[in-house]
Amino acid sequence: MSQPRGPLLFKDIDIAGLRTLATYQTGGGYRAVKDVMLGEGKKSPADVIEIVKASGLRGRGGAGFPAGLKWSFVPKDSPKARYLVCNADESEPGTFKDRELMEKNPHLLIESMILAGYAIGAHTGYIYLRGEFEYVQRIVDAALAEARAAGFVGKDVAGSGYEFQLYTHLGAGAYICGEETALLSSLEGFRGQPRLKPPFPAVEGLYACPTVVNNVETLMNVPFILANGAAAYRQWGTEKSAGTKIISVSGPVKRPGNYEVPLGMPLRAIIDEVCGGMRDGLKVKAVIPGGSSVPPLPASLLDTPFDYEAMGAAGTMLGSAGCIVIDDQTCMVDSLWNLIRFYQHESCGKCTPCREGTYWLKEVLERLEHGRGRKGDIDLLDDVAGNILGKSFCALGDAAAMPVQGFLKHFRAEFEYHVEHGRCMVNRRRAEIAAKFPETVSA
Amino acid sequence: MNAPVMPTEPAAPQAWPAALEPKVAEALSHYPNKRSAVLPMLWLAQNQWGWLSPGALALVARTVELPEPEVFGIATFYSMFNLKPVGRHHLQVCMTLSCSLMGADRLFRHLQRKLGVGHGETTADGRFTLRKVECLAACGYGPCLQAGFDYHHDLDERKVDALLETLK
Repeated sequence: MSQPRGPLLFKDIDIAGLRTLATYQTGGGYRAVKDVMLGEGKKSPADVIEIVKASGLRGRGGAGFPAGLKWSFVPKDSPKARYLVCNADESEPGTFKDRELMEKNPHLLIESMILAGYAIGAHTGYIYLRGEFEYVQRIVDAALAEARAAGFVGKDVAGSGYEFQLYTHLGAGAYICGEETALLSSLEGFRGQPRLKPPFPAVEGLYACPTVVNNVETLMNVPFILANGAAAYRQWGTEKSAGTKIISVSGPVKRPGNYEVPLGMPLRAIIDEVCGGMRDGLKVKAVIPGGSSVPPLPASLLDTPFDYEAMGAAGTMLGSAGCIVIDDQTCMVDSLWNLIRFYQHESCGKCTPCREGTYWLKEVLERLEHGRGRKGDIDLLDDVAGNILGKSFCALGDAAAMPVQGFLKHFRAEFEYHVEHGRCMVNRRRAEIAAKFPETVSA
Repeated sequence: MNAPVMPTEPAAPQAWPAALEPKVAEALSHYPNKRSAVLPMLWLAQNQWGWLSPGALALVARTVELPEPEVFGIATFYSMFNLKPVGRHHLQVCMTLSCSLMGADRLFRHLQRKLGVGHGETTADGRFTLRKVECLAACGYGPCLQAGFDYHHDLDERKVDALLETLK
């Protein structure tokens, strides 16, 4: 076996057969469930929440919200049922970590959900997988069947007397269902459209009951934290960005893929050392560090440390850590047009700023890319983006507007060149293809 | 894109095949109400018949006790539900940025020429439907496509030609 790809979640990930209960237990699997819920060292749900709070674990789906704090928002005195939902929709372009985590280590997710469910007092949990992950659902369902047979999931978790039922639920192709309230609508059998917050899901979520929604990677850190303590988790990362993060690197680097790194590693080291640098003699032009919804960073900012605070200070976000590396032969107008097609396609249609705004962004970018840009188009893009940002019903609108502003901020010259010359200043070959086969290049 | 039109012709009566009945009951048992089982039911129907015919939509509506137009409205919201028949092999090519940087446009053009069909079209022999789709969460292995539910990574012209040979 080659070197482990990371110190915690990826330490054992490449072990053959890890997805079976036997192999998982050989490596200490389900020990945390027994330690926390049984015997001498038994911990109360409140203790569990305190430990997770102390660990500094933050949501790994994109927002970076402290996980323990989110759990503590569930009302202690509610007479209603409580639910735990795992967001396994993994729909942010550039992000493909949860898929590998679940595919290779499904029992870790199950163990994590038992513990998180116990902490918030939930007796039912759902794993909401994106529709394309049908094969992942089969893997997780097989692991669930094993966990049920072994008594870890069901009426009496490991003999503790605590009931926890867990099911998978397959989406059917909708980016918006990664937004937690849209996910809950979808799980309830409605069109996957977002709901107003407040009330937040912790108070009124699934079936109007207190609900915690956590990302796959966030949850998977929980067994380690409970087995080893908050301080052990803080051996990685920085004071405010504790722990490790799985980064998904895509684009023309030599070794794209998922890597687990301590938070705070500079982007340049991630590209040059972890991913082996760029292929084919290409150079980095930009990196979209946190999934397609965050503004890009130009190559001049590659020394920025990869953590929540430093990314924020550099004008972008760590997001889901889907690092899309864009090379110097790629046109930024074309790249932005590609991303905006995505958001226009995925806008759920509920609110006007997002539904209409993404449509007009797409129209303007399409004409810019095809050499039909008009004077004033760049200001128009900026204006439309500004009128979506902060004015849409959910974060999808912001997710479309922020890249527009970031691309214009750092690469305005390329957009101006398009307006003036009707073609790209880079990547002539691609521009020629676009002119020759417009119907095949557009979506 | 044309807005989906709800079919008006009388739906052919349809019932769950006996072999699927345990799966229907199992899925219904996962939720406190029947409505929540609408996506699992739509999947069972599509996996059984290849697409969601008016009869299949009506069957799902009866199973989860919702009005047919509402089930139709739910089915149209999600891009993976086929409201028209598709070929035996549904090739869904990711076109989003990471795959595009690695040559998704070229891959799609190649498939288009080779199969003689465009986006959303099915070959005359009913073997392939070709479709552009958005991000499949395989960004590090682009360009990629899903044939049905099966992922195929790191594709180029040669590899995709070999793949087509295996899809009869």
